[in-house]
Amino acid sequence: MTAYIIRRLLQSLIVLKAVLLIVFLMLQITGDPAAVLMPLDATQEDLARFRHEMGFDQPLPVQYYNFLFGHGRNTGVLRGDFGFSFRHEVPAMGLVWEHFPATVQLALAALLIALVLAIPAGILSATFRNTWLDHWSSVGSMFGQSMPEFWLGLMLIIVFAVKLGFLPTSGYEGPEYIILPALTAGLYATARIMRVMRSQMLEELGQDYVRTARAKGLGEIAVVVRHALKNASIPVVTIVGIELGFLLGGTVVVEAVFAWPGVGFLVVDAINNQDYPVVQAAVALLAFNFVGVNLAVDLLYAWLDPRISYR
Amino acid sequence: MRPDKAAVVAVDGPIAGAAERGQRPSELRLAIRELLRRPPALFGLFCCTVVMIWALMPGLFSPLDPLEQNLDRYLKAPGYVDALGRTYWLGTDQQGRDILSRVIWGSRISLIVGITTVVVSGLVGVFLGILAGYNGGWIDTVISRIIDTLFAVPFVLLAMSLIAILGASLENIILAIALRTWIIYARVVRGEALSLREREFIAGAKALGCGTTRILLLYLVPNVMSSTIVVATLNLGRMIIIESSLSFLGLGVPPPTPTWGNMLAEGRAFLDTAWWIAFFPGVVLMLTVLGTNLIGDWLRDILDPRLKRLGD
Repeated sequence: MTAYIIRRLLQSLIVLKAVLLIVFLMLQITGDPAAVLMPLDATQEDLARFRHEMGFDQPLPVQYYNFLFGHGRNTGVLRGDFGFSFRHEVPAMGLVWEHFPATVQLALAALLIALVLAIPAGILSATFRNTWLDHWSSVGSMFGQSMPEFWLGLMLIIVFAVKLGFLPTSGYEGPEYIILPALTAGLYATARIMRVMRSQMLEELGQDYVRTARAKGLGEIAVVVRHALKNASIPVVTIVGIELGFLLGGTVVVEAVFAWPGVGFLVVDAINNQDYPVVQAAVALLAFNFVGVNLAVDLLYAWLDPRISYR
Repeated sequence: MRPDKAAVVAVDGPIAGAAERGQRPSELRLAIRELLRRPPALFGLFCCTVVMIWALMPGLFSPLDPLEQNLDRYLKAPGYVDALGRTYWLGTDQQGRDILSRVIWGSRISLIVGITTVVVSGLVGVFLGILAGYNGGWIDTVISRIIDTLFAVPFVLLAMSLIAILGASLENIILAIALRTWIIYARVVRGEALSLREREFIAGAKALGCGTTRILLLYLVPNVMSSTIVVATLNLGRMIIIESSLSFLGLGVPPPTPTWGNMLAEGRAFLDTAWWIAFFPGVVLMLTVLGTNLIGDWLRDILDPRLKRLGD
């Protein structure tokens, strides 16, 4: 087990280093980072001076080293310094951090909605397999997986905000503001978790120990909840973790639709304004998050299911 | 079943090949029979065929010019008839353009981007997946770590940044999406190749003196085809959604070319006065994706039931 943990940690470290390389290369593919980072009306002299100041006139490996460990006033991304946001004139990482709690709130709310909907739906459709309940929840999850999130968001706005006037269209001013974004963002996760829950329950309900439990006269609810559900939950934990990872990094479009002031909203704005340090900081933070969540899920999985062999 | 077939071909090529040809019609007939018994798959096939035909011959189906502006027709509701007696079945947008015609023309970009990214990322993914799974060793380690890394990077953000940097053209959009999507194929194919390389027919081929390239092309590729086709079909819908998301955020093929995504973005400003602008492109988009997903589910059941548990 210890060896497994160490191996997973090392793997994650390698991935994180590679993520930083990608973040570094994002600016390099433009051909001339100085031109991208400087205002459009900058003169040739300005550009040359900036290029020298930032070390863009050095060979790539040196630039990468500087990017990681710092150069001039910059202390390097390993210390969390991604440079300054041009638009807001504050450190890029600080700006991203400020917007991060809103993204976490949205992701957690979406996951909560997904769990509340998906787990009972999955259990019920497996228990009542091939009934109308099962069929309709399959149809529902099929639609859920096929619907573009941003379109669902727009339709929810039309129905609940414009026509019925129940909920606000967009913004971040009170608890009621999170309902529509969370519903929208949770849709895909709901469909996926439901499908996994259903198939896991079906598999467990076909096992011998379930037949034994029934044979000894246990009530159906006890069989489903106390026996089958317990064993079916383990793979569901994994998929829930993966979905949380996706939600933390993938609510960009939903945040844009609802003007939800999270990292995604910030980045869309930054991309439109060519504020690349902010984009780099955000991509790095979200990727680190994803790796962290996945590592946690893997370790949790290993702890929950001792049968797994750790090669 | 597939590896055995390949094994037979390996041992006595032409005869087994003839037997395989003899089998094919019955397999096809089975597939069709299976299809007829599954209304959802039929429905999916119907949706996809309609959109496909639209994309191939939009001029034939679009009732009006998708770009013709006329502010006299500003935000008319579905069913509006103008002075010339032309009906705007799905209404008009803020520039008086016909929504139905724009939806039909918009199918082009979605399908071009969707299909091209699937083909490009499929080819790259299958190649690298086989390479990693069959060779093992450091090649596998390198490719696997690249996959892990790309998996961790937030996809939409990466694609958006790339398009913003490179410029929003059709090729750049395809490139930005495919750059990340190949890992989905590579993951599945790598797993298959890992188990295939232990099989006897591979050992047999090696014993007969086949080189690595020959083994990869003749024995591995055919055996990972069915799962690749399934993953590709299920992935196509996702790609179409990604393209329209990018377009929605202003990083798609630029206007005036109609795309479902930029139509939705335009409709967003009129949610309270003209719901139809944002409603109809989204419905067609959803039905297209639903169609590919239903076909994908059906293909998975007939081609590769083992993939059932794979989420992505």
